Amino acid sequence: MAHPAETHAAHHGAHAHAEPGWVRKYLFSTDHKMIAMQYMFTGMALALVGGFFAYVFRMQMAFPGMEVPFYGLVTPNRYNVLITNHGAIMIFWVAMPVLIAAFGNFLIPLMIGCDDMVFPRINRLSYQIFFLSAVVLVCSFFVEGGAFGGAWTIYPPLSAKSQYNLTPLGSSLFLVAVALEFVAFLLGGINFITTAMNSRAPGMKFYDVPIVVWMIVVASILFMASVGPLIAGAIMLFMDQQVGTAFFDPDRGGDPVLWQHLFWFFGHPEVYVVLLPALGIVAEIITVFSRKKLFAYKTVLYTVFGTGVLSFTVWAHHQFIAGIDPRMANIFTVTTLLISVPIAEMLFVYIATLYGGSITLATPMLWALAFIAEFLIGGVTGIFLGASGSDIYLHDTYFVLAHFHYTFVPIAIIGTFAGVTYWFPKMFGKMMSETLGKLHFWITIVAFNTIFIPLFITGAAGDHRRIYSYRLFPELAKPELQSLRVLATVALVVMLLAQVLFLWNFFYSLWQGKRAGKNPWRANTLEWTTESPPPHGNWPVDELPTVYRGPYEYSHPDRKEDYWPQNAKA
Amino acid sequence: MFHLIERYVPSASTYSGDIDFVFSLVFWIVGAWLVATELVFFWLILRFRKQPDVKAQYITGELHHEKQWVHWPHMAVLAFDVIILIFAVKVWYTVKQDLPPAQETVRVIAQQWAWSFVHPGPDQKLDTADDIKTVDDLHVKVDTLYHFKLESRDVLHSFSVPAFRLKQDAIPGRVITGWFQATKTGTFDIQCAEICGIGHALMPARIVIETQPQHTAWMASQSPISVAALDLPRAAQE
Amino acid sequence: MSARPIATTRSAAGLPTGRLAVWWVVVSEIVIFGGLLGSYIMYRLAHDAFAEQAAHTNMWIGAFNTLVLLTSSLSAVLAHKAAVAGDGKRAAKLLWATIGGAFTFLIVKSFEWTNEIHHGFTITSSTFWSFYYTAAGLHALHVIAGAIIMMIVAADAKKNLELHRVELIGIYWHFVDLVWIFLFPLLYIAK
Repeated sequence: MAHPAETHAAHHGAHAHAEPGWVRKYLFSTDHKMIAMQYMFTGMALALVGGFFAYVFRMQMAFPGMEVPFYGLVTPNRYNVLITNHGAIMIFWVAMPVLIAAFGNFLIPLMIGCDDMVFPRINRLSYQIFFLSAVVLVCSFFVEGGAFGGAWTIYPPLSAKSQYNLTPLGSSLFLVAVALEFVAFLLGGINFITTAMNSRAPGMKFYDVPIVVWMIVVASILFMASVGPLIAGAIMLFMDQQVGTAFFDPDRGGDPVLWQHLFWFFGHPEVYVVLLPALGIVAEIITVFSRKKLFAYKTVLYTVFGTGVLSFTVWAHHQFIAGIDPRMANIFTVTTLLISVPIAEMLFVYIATLYGGSITLATPMLWALAFIAEFLIGGVTGIFLGASGSDIYLHDTYFVLAHFHYTFVPIAIIGTFAGVTYWFPKMFGKMMSETLGKLHFWITIVAFNTIFIPLFITGAAGDHRRIYSYRLFPELAKPELQSLRVLATVALVVMLLAQVLFLWNFFYSLWQGKRAGKNPWRANTLEWTTESPPPHGNWPVDELPTVYRGPYEYSHPDRKEDYWPQNAKA
Repeated sequence: MFHLIERYVPSASTYSGDIDFVFSLVFWIVGAWLVATELVFFWLILRFRKQPDVKAQYITGELHHEKQWVHWPHMAVLAFDVIILIFAVKVWYTVKQDLPPAQETVRVIAQQWAWSFVHPGPDQKLDTADDIKTVDDLHVKVDTLYHFKLESRDVLHSFSVPAFRLKQDAIPGRVITGWFQATKTGTFDIQCAEICGIGHALMPARIVIETQPQHTAWMASQSPISVAALDLPRAAQE
Repeated sequence: MSARPIATTRSAAGLPTGRLAVWWVVVSEIVIFGGLLGSYIMYRLAHDAFAEQAAHTNMWIGAFNTLVLLTSSLSAVLAHKAAVAGDGKRAAKLLWATIGGAFTFLIVKSFEWTNEIHHGFTITSSTFWSFYYTAAGLHALHVIAGAIIMMIVAADAKKNLELHRVELIGIYWHFVDLVWIFLFPLLYIAK
């Protein structure tokens, strides 16, 4: 049980929440909501950069050798740099900051009914380190030799020796940027875990915590437990690059495959690190917009824990043909296919939540439902790759790429739009335009599918990855395949242009949107009981909520109202 | 039904059909699941759209009869996973664990940015004076079981022959042995399937599958001078 | 700068917030060192040459440093005891003893490394030495960081402020000690 420590010191300290100056309020804030905004805006800005890179390299794929408008000629080197940094940016500088740091920071203290994270200054420090990591990455583009172009997976020996990668400074800066990002998230994670475990409102039992909070906490734990070996590996790789050690140099007794194990031991749990917050956001939205209790909350929770544990046992499915002992592959194909079971269960539970509901298709709900529909495709296409026999052929083809975009785009893009359109009223005190929201939704979704379904086909037809032009491959330089590549590119351009609608909606609504009340969606969770946007300290210091029930008591038979806030006494 | 990949890429080895079978099996199983799940999903959205004066139901999902709706599909997913696993592991064993005795052996050498090959020559032995070294073109005989000895001179590469459905990463400092047996004559793509630097897309190669007479003729056309001239130096290390 | 939020003072999990946080830091650090040492062990098992190189580390210096660290952990425990009793001045003194142990450790190590480098065993001599310097170096960085934080905590403790932090830095220090307990046999004893 929680012990609300309303001591004199805390009371007194809370009155010190006077209105700070501009610099302290926006640049050096320790308020979790402001830090959330910093992460969100940084992530969104970098998403534009990552998206621009995708535009450039897809234009090269569709019209090889032609100058790309707003960029120029895409040489083989530039192509590799673009795809490498597109991948790294989207995962480390968009998905993670937005889904975990932005939503985690904003939501956790509000949803558990406290006034801030437990360590606000460490929270601020984590953003500052994150920002620094982004700066270091950007710098890598401007140093001699240019940015690193050896794929986001940074495999040595290519990444270890400048005579192979030709980017002596860029390779190290890339590695340092990633390492700094890891440190930022380790620090942030400590805040999320500790706050969620310890600072819950009085009366908020384990099973009364909204699922999204649990998801972000488990994601943080997964991150902390998996990133260690990669940090060790990154130190070793950095030493190979700069000091001349031979950890990964086979000519001097090193082993390049060790890097792969260290990388993927983190890399696989990492995808669940980003998946879980998105799943949490979807759960919050589908319950509110179907006015229904989440189906089998406990099952969801245990499934999440189980998936988290299992995620540590699948990593070498990225390395089936990498030269590992072939017998090991059998173990990993079993664990990989098994992990599809809890994920499928979670999706079934979400779908079951819709049964008997009263569904309103507002924009956030459209995004949440689209997540389920699209992630299902991502999930089932993973089976082709987890099955070792078929992976022999499909490894390093566009089939893999289409699979992970059908998982990552739902996670990082659909999940983000779901969360932003849902919590925008709370974050900014204004409503977004439903019309623009729906238009943006439909164009984005249709375009998204039009990009990646053709790529499943070209991948199955043999298109291998990280290739700037298929001119030299007679089996691939066929008009029917090229048409598919062009189709995917055109769809991407449409999808990118459609984001203007979102940006317009976002900023115009900030300025001119209809004023939002405390609880425009009539939801149960605690963030909807305070002002929109919440003041510093979230609630007046003597009005911090006490919780009397779970978060999903919608349409309870004993109530006239179809919702029942967690802090309502009766 | 089971030749989905073959529609795009020829099937030219003894195991390409098996790999295609696994792909197609997965396709139909997960395809059926996907369609069924999406249909149920969309039906639920339509069926339970908000209606005036109709309240949503209060279902916890904790009751046994409610849980069954998720429990049985969940068990079915597991069952289908097991079926897929059986076929996948069988094929994996055939291609990667098993190593049938070789009738011929070739050496495949990857480097930044070219493929070179060492053929055993008329004496059918590698590392003898009549070995034929080529760049870009690997010549093999149809219906013959080959071992390939895969090496890299610098970074990671990957020996990929889509028509065989074969792929194997090349690791510097190691020699990795695999096998294939071609079932069709013809010329097919060889790709490098692991990013190896700026020339990664610039090292295409071709595998030329010939009948015995064609192969003998090819060997005869490779003069001793061309053998010596193709002695490729090892890339400088320090 | 706002004062400590109410969130920090709650304790729904039954543990004080600071202690909970330090344990999570320790968990993440364990995985980092675990990855590094795991890699080392795999290399060691695969390469006999390692044993030959490892013979050149000085077990006696390693043992002395182990003793130093264990003693410093003892003074950290006694510092915690003093802090719990409310005796900030004594806690600070004992923390300084721990810091003294840290510096002794670092000084001994710098002599040790200078000597080894002098004999030609540099970080690039062989993979064993690469691991040796990297692992012990990463550990030494943690010793330095721990000592600095300890100085800050001691300064506050002397004025009887933030005494709970004595325990927290103690937990961290025991972890640093524990890493060394693994490093010592792996780098010095296994020959």
